[in-house]
Amino acid sequence: MTAHNFETSATNTWCPGCGNFPLLNAVKTVLKELSEGESPTRPENLVMVAGIGCHGKIADYLNINSFYSIHGRVLPVATGIKLANPDLEVIGFAGDGDAYGEGLEHLIFAAKRNVDITVIVHNNRVYSLTTGQFSPTSPPGFPGRSTPAGSPEVPLNPLELLLASGATFLARGFSSQPEQMKEIIREAINHRGFALVDILQVCVTFYNLHKYYAERVYTVEDHDPGDYFQALQKIREWDYGASSGGEEQEKIPLGILYKKEAPTFGQRLSAGGGGSKSATPADREALIEKILANNI
Amino acid sequence: MATKELVARTGNEAMAEAMRQINPDVVAAYPITPATEIVQLFSAYVADGLVDTEFVTVESEHSAMSACVGASTAGARVMTGTSSQGLILMAEILYIAAGLRCPIVLAEVNRALSSPINIHCDHSDTMSVRDSGWIQIFSENSQEAYDNMIQAVRIAEHMDVRLPVMVTTDGFIISHGLEAISLLEDKEVQDFIGPYKAAYSLLDVEKPITVGGLDFTDFYFEHRRQTAEAMQNAKKVILDVGREFGEKFGRSYGFFEGYKLEDAEIALVLLGSTAGTARVAVDQLRAAGVKCGLLKLRVFRPFPAAELAEALKHLKAIAVMDRSDSLSTAGGPLFTDVRSALYDLPERPAIVNYIYGLGGRDITVEDLEGIYRELQRISGGGQVQETIQYLGVRE
Ligand SMILES: Cc1ncc(C[n+]2csc(CCOP(=O)(O)OP(=O)(O)O)c2C)c(N)n1
Ligand code: SF4
Ligand SMILES: [Mg+2]
Repeated sequence: MTAHNFETSATNTWCPGCGNFPLLNAVKTVLKELSEGESPTRPENLVMVAGIGCHGKIADYLNINSFYSIHGRVLPVATGIKLANPDLEVIGFAGDGDAYGEGLEHLIFAAKRNVDITVIVHNNRVYSLTTGQFSPTSPPGFPGRSTPAGSPEVPLNPLELLLASGATFLARGFSSQPEQMKEIIREAINHRGFALVDILQVCVTFYNLHKYYAERVYTVEDHDPGDYFQALQKIREWDYGASSGGEEQEKIPLGILYKKEAPTFGQRLSAGGGGSKSATPADREALIEKILANNI
Repeated sequence: MATKELVARTGNEAMAEAMRQINPDVVAAYPITPATEIVQLFSAYVADGLVDTEFVTVESEHSAMSACVGASTAGARVMTGTSSQGLILMAEILYIAAGLRCPIVLAEVNRALSSPINIHCDHSDTMSVRDSGWIQIFSENSQEAYDNMIQAVRIAEHMDVRLPVMVTTDGFIISHGLEAISLLEDKEVQDFIGPYKAAYSLLDVEKPITVGGLDFTDFYFEHRRQTAEAMQNAKKVILDVGREFGEKFGRSYGFFEGYKLEDAEIALVLLGSTAGTARVAVDQLRAAGVKCGLLKLRVFRPFPAAELAEALKHLKAIAVMDRSDSLSTAGGPLFTDVRSALYDLPERPAIVNYIYGLGGRDITVEDLEGIYRELQRISGGGQVQETIQYLGVRE
C-alpha cells in the first residue's frame, strides 16, 4: 500500500508568514502518523469540516474528505457526520469569529453532549477574511476595522466557557510552536469525547501578536488536567486580556489543560436505544455497503 | 441646489456617504463581503464624531436585525447593511421588521447564495426575501445607490407606509466599481428627509405598549392585510418621493426607466447594473436599424404590475432577464411577475426568460445583442423555441 498523500494541488492564498501554515503542517504530520501507525486510521475515514474565514481555506489544502460549511456552522455538520458514522475521525477547523461568535451556540451544545469530535480553532482574535474586525476574543480597545475607536467589549475566555459547558478535552497551542501543536492535536484526536484545541494563530496581516505571545507563553508542568479545579485555575490564568489589557507580567499557559473520560453522545444514544441500529463496526460497514450500492 | 461637481465614489462609499448624511440614531451590523465596507466606513464616521449614531457591532446578522428592530421599536431611526448569507440569516427578523412596521433602511449588496460558496453578484439573496414585506429598490450604479438610500428614508417613514426598505447594489460591479457621482449637501439631505417621528416608542413610559403580542385567529389576518395595504400605499409614496427628489436635485425616479422603449418592437426587462450593458447593445442595434429598447426596473417590491403592463403593451416580444433562479421550473422571479402583469392585456407580447450571470458570470454586450436578435426572430413571426433559457451556461 502506498502512503496517502495529504498534499493538494490548490494554490495557497494565505499571506506569507501566516500562522495557518505551521498549523496546517502540524495537522498533516499528525494525520500522516495516524494513517501509518500500528493500528492505522484509513485516510478515507478522516473527515474535516471547515468554517468560513481564512482558516476555512484549509479544506483546499489538506487532501482528506472535506465539508466546507457556512460561517459559524462547523459544529452541527461535524456532529451529524460523526453520528451517521461513528467510525469516522471528524475534525473541525473553525475561526474565532466562526466558532466563538456567529456559531457559538453550536459549540456549547457539542461540548454539552460530549460529541466525539475534535475542533481546532484558528484563534487569531480577529475576523481576517473580512479584513480585520474585532472578534469575540479580541482584547478590550482593539482598534479593529469596524471599531476604529477601539472595541467596546471584553473578550470571552472560550476555554472557561467550554469547561463549564461539559467539554472533556481542552488545550491551547501557539502557531509558532509547531512541535507542541502536533502533540496537542495528536492527543485531541485520540481523545474519546469532545476535544477543543484553541490555537493562538498569528495573523500577520491584521493582528500580528507573534512577539506578544512569544514573550508570554509557557508550557504547563506539574499540572493535573484530570482535576477540574486545577484546570479551571490554569484556564483562568490568562483571560485573553479581559482584565489585564495586555500587561507585561501576564503569562499564557499552553498545553493540555483539561482531560476527562466521560460517555460520548454516540455512546449515550446507543445505550438509550435511540442511537444507530447498527451498533457494531461490522454492522456499520454492511450498512455503508448497502448505501453505496444504491449510489448513482 | 445640489453639488454639481462630480466626485469619485464606489457603490459602497456612496451608500456610506448617504448614511453619514442621513445620520441615523442607530446602526447595528455584522461584516460580510462585499458589503463590509459600507458599515466599516460608517464606523469611522462614528469614531470621528461625524454622526450622532449609536453603532452596535454584533456577533451575527440575526442579532444585527434584531438590534435594529429593538432600536426601531424604541423610536429610533435605524439603518444597517449586509449581503448574501447575511441577508438570509436575517430572514426571520426581516419578516418581523415588516410585520412590526419598522421603517428600517438596509443597504443590501447583491451576492450569490451558498451552496456552492461564491462571493460574486447575482440577485438570489434579495429575491429570496422578496415576500418578507420589505420594499426593494434596485440601483444601476453608485449615483442611484446614493439617491435611493436618501429616498428610502422618506419612503419607509411615510405614515401611509411605515415599512422597511432595502436598497440594493450589485456586488463588486457597483459596490466596488468607482464612478463619478454628484453628492448633495448635508443640509439638503437633512431637509429632504426631515426629522424622524416614531409612531410608538418603547421609551415612552407614559404610553406603555406591547410589541409583537400574540395574534391568533382573531386579528392576525387583519394585521397582515394592513401590511399589504401599506405596501399598496408605498406605490404612490415612491412616485411622489422620486418626483420631489427630481424637482429638488435634478434626478427624478419612478418605478422603472425606459430606454428607447416608446417606439421599440422588442425589449429587455431587467434589474440593476446590467442596464448599462444593455444600453450599449440597444444603441448599437438601433444604429443598425433594429427597433429595440430597454426597461430597467427599479422597484421590485411593491411590484408595479399595472404600470409595467402599460409600458410594455406595445411590444411584440420581450425578454425578461433574471439574475437569479427561483428553481421553480417556471422561470425566474422577475419573469413570473412580469408575465403575470401582462396577463390581462388584450394582446400580449411574446415573452421569454433568460437566467443569466449567476455567481458573477460576466454578461457582455454581445450576449445581449444575441438576445435582441432572437427577439427579432420571434417578433417577425418565429416560434418561441424555449421559454426559459440559461444564458451562456456550459451544458
Ligand atoms: C452569515 C455570514 N455572515 C458573514 C459572513 C462573512 N464572513 C466571512 S468570514 C467572516 C469572519 C471570519 O473570521 P474568523 O471566523 O475569525 O476567521 P478568520 O478569517 O479569522 O480565519 C465573516 C464575517 C459569512 N460568510 N456568512
Ligand atoms: S489575513 Fe491573516 S489569517 Fe488571513 S491569511 Fe493573511 S495572515 Fe493569515
Ligand atoms: Mg479569526
